[in-house]
Amino acid sequence: MVLAFSLMLGGLGCHKEKKTVLAQEQGILLINNGVEPEDLDPQTATGVSEHSIFLAIYEGLVSEDPHDLHPVPGVAESWDISPDGLVYTFHLRKDAKWSNGDPVTAQDFYDSYHRILTPELGSDYIYMHFFTKNAEAYATGKIKDFSQVGYRVVDPLTFEITLTTATPFFLSVMNHASWYPVHIPTVKKFGGLARKAAFWTKAGNCVTNGAFTLQEWKQQSIIRCVKSRNYWDAKTVKLNEIVFYPIESSNTEERAFRAGQLHKTNELPLSKIPWYRENRPDLLRQEPYLGTYFFRVNTRKPPLDNPKVRLALAMSIDRKMIVEKITRGGQLPADSYTPPGTANYTAEAKIPTDFAKARQLLAEAGYPDGKGFPKLDLMFNTLESHRTIAEAIQEMWRNNLHIDIGLTNLEWKVYLDAQDTENYQICRAAWIGDYADPQNFLDMWVKGGGNNHTGWDNPEYNALYAKLQNTSIPADRISIFQKMEALLMAEAPILPVYWYTRVYLIRPEVQGWYPNILDHHPYKYVWFGKPEASH
Amino acid sequence: MFRFLTIRALQAIPVLLIIATMTFFMVHAAPGGPFSKERKVTPEVLRNLNAQYGLDQPLWKQYGNYLWKAVHGDLGPSYKYANRTVSELIGDSFPVSAELGFWAMLIALAIGLPAGILAALKPNSWLDYLPMSIAMLGICIPTFVLGPVLALTFGIRLEWFDASGWFSWRDRVLPAITLGFFTAAYIARLTRGGMLDVMNQDFIRTARAKGASELRVLFHHALRGGLLPVISYLGPAIAAEITGSFVVETIFNVPGLGRYFILSAFNRDYTMVLGTVLFYASIIILLNLVVDVLQVLLNPRLRFD
Repeated sequence: MVLAFSLMLGGLGCHKEKKTVLAQEQGILLINNGVEPEDLDPQTATGVSEHSIFLAIYEGLVSEDPHDLHPVPGVAESWDISPDGLVYTFHLRKDAKWSNGDPVTAQDFYDSYHRILTPELGSDYIYMHFFTKNAEAYATGKIKDFSQVGYRVVDPLTFEITLTTATPFFLSVMNHASWYPVHIPTVKKFGGLARKAAFWTKAGNCVTNGAFTLQEWKQQSIIRCVKSRNYWDAKTVKLNEIVFYPIESSNTEERAFRAGQLHKTNELPLSKIPWYRENRPDLLRQEPYLGTYFFRVNTRKPPLDNPKVRLALAMSIDRKMIVEKITRGGQLPADSYTPPGTANYTAEAKIPTDFAKARQLLAEAGYPDGKGFPKLDLMFNTLESHRTIAEAIQEMWRNNLHIDIGLTNLEWKVYLDAQDTENYQICRAAWIGDYADPQNFLDMWVKGGGNNHTGWDNPEYNALYAKLQNTSIPADRISIFQKMEALLMAEAPILPVYWYTRVYLIRPEVQGWYPNILDHHPYKYVWFGKPEASH
Repeated sequence: MFRFLTIRALQAIPVLLIIATMTFFMVHAAPGGPFSKERKVTPEVLRNLNAQYGLDQPLWKQYGNYLWKAVHGDLGPSYKYANRTVSELIGDSFPVSAELGFWAMLIALAIGLPAGILAALKPNSWLDYLPMSIAMLGICIPTFVLGPVLALTFGIRLEWFDASGWFSWRDRVLPAITLGFFTAAYIARLTRGGMLDVMNQDFIRTARAKGASELRVLFHHALRGGLLPVISYLGPAIAAEITGSFVVETIFNVPGLGRYFILSAFNRDYTMVLGTVLFYASIIILLNLVVDVLQVLLNPRLRFD
């Protein structure tokens, strides 16, 4: 049948112009965004795919350099920071406009930040504003008067933010989508300020202030953003359009890339990495990414309540083997938790792979050569690579510690439920940083941390975290981070495995797409050019 | 027939009610909720979200509210896709699935019926063995194997069609073949069986004895009865194809209903699960009714009772 069909369609010809070539001629970037966005409201959406689109259609007070993401002027053309590091005064540019032509003013930011902190909105990333004075108190209903929150409109082009404590990385935090402004009249018109599910984010309704505007959004099919004529820096913007596709399957997107339908993929199937590395390295990118793959250990459940047992487990994981034989995407073996080089911080405390030491620790914990060690369970959510890694670790512990671990595969929401209720013994986990500062990794292990889920509670660690809140000198902060990480590694409530990379394919003619650890690529700096000009 | 149709329509009401009830309580009983995420949200945020969507109310009240709104045509908002309603999502994705299903069914019938008839007319010859072997292959080769093979061959190597998407006619061909080939195989097998059964009956021998030509025997006498098993199969087959196929939609990135049908359960998108299940159930009920009517029209021994 296939043969007959081939003959029947023989007249079709086999040299149709590739979509990428046609799109390039028109200045249209075709990229796969991974999944369908849940919404395009920057104050309620949480996913990576949404943020990728926000980078095109929104701009905050500060923006980010495409190379290393250091803060650069955005809607604010400059800012002043008070000597104590608590008060930030932003001077907005006069020519910043919304896509409908309205000017972007300090009041827009005030109203937008009021909106996200309104408890009824139910924004997941509300805590990103808790750096601001009284923001948490307002969000949790402890105070009702928003004027007590540290936001102030000095005049239409001057906006002031007062922080609770000096936060040296605050300007970087402001590049998170939760700090982008929304066009309040549009939000009010299509649904109201406090409703999460509202129609103002649909194409045709949506008013934005970024380099591009949302022109078309067909569910599960296409999101088209076109260059904004009202953007203050339109002359810098080289692309005319960006088309985002929501292709979930990495195999499908790789085929689409090969068929000339995409300039860039979202990821690359593990099995294809060696081929591209060998045959088409010009298309392959492997870049460090601010994330750690690790296992949580439930420290309330014996024998995992003994730090020696946890350390023995951690030391028996051959991380090098996992990244070289299983993940194969250039990931780095993680012998500590925070990814190296995060805002000039690299952890000194390590958990090395040391089988002899691990056996010794297990013996000291009362299980010489694994004898008497109860059967434990390792839980992971459904994904082939999670299973492979779990099986490899199961084998490593069997061979090196002579202990038997069972594996439990759970569907995503069931897994989340088990993790939230700490109804597990050991479970797979990952953490991707929202902003490049070690605090974003280390604050989750304090007592009562919403993402702790291990039951680990170390008073010394908690005290260091409290001290960190009143420290703004970079060297002092690094010193505190080192102490916190040392405690974390010494007690091992988590078992680090590897630090993430982003592995994807990109056409060589796409320029201005620089590697950076947050995988942020401000589209206004992206253009098409000759491959030789590539980095 | 009017009475028959009225009774069947009335029977559908309790069926849909039972399906809605079972689905509602099963999906709410599953661990995890629509707003549970890897990054834990503050209790205040979770409380506010639950209040906004009415999930803070007792389950029986939520059930009553859902039914009341559903009866009035409001299937509610999607919990996953915040700026879309369930009706909108079904309305956007169903035409895509229906079109894909239409082309797939057309391919299935165009291949399956002639192959089955040919095999039945010349049993135990190469005209029987060859199509039936291909049909067996069609049944055995899963769509997740056939789809990528077609995409690699005709999308990438020969560049005749696109390897993914749903924008032009070039995008329709490969997913329709992938989906249709599997159904074609079943139709060929069923047609062959049905036709063989009929061709061995007395009235066919009588027709031949009276001097009817083979073509007349085939089209006038045999096809009516021979296709009855195929018609029975077409109801659920069409329903399955026009409500989409998750696998084919994923392989070719087709924005159809099948993806919502599967993923909404994983996302605990309660309203979307209920909406797609009720929609799917209605389609099956409707198509089964059409099949029943067709069977009565084709088989004089059956009646509308």
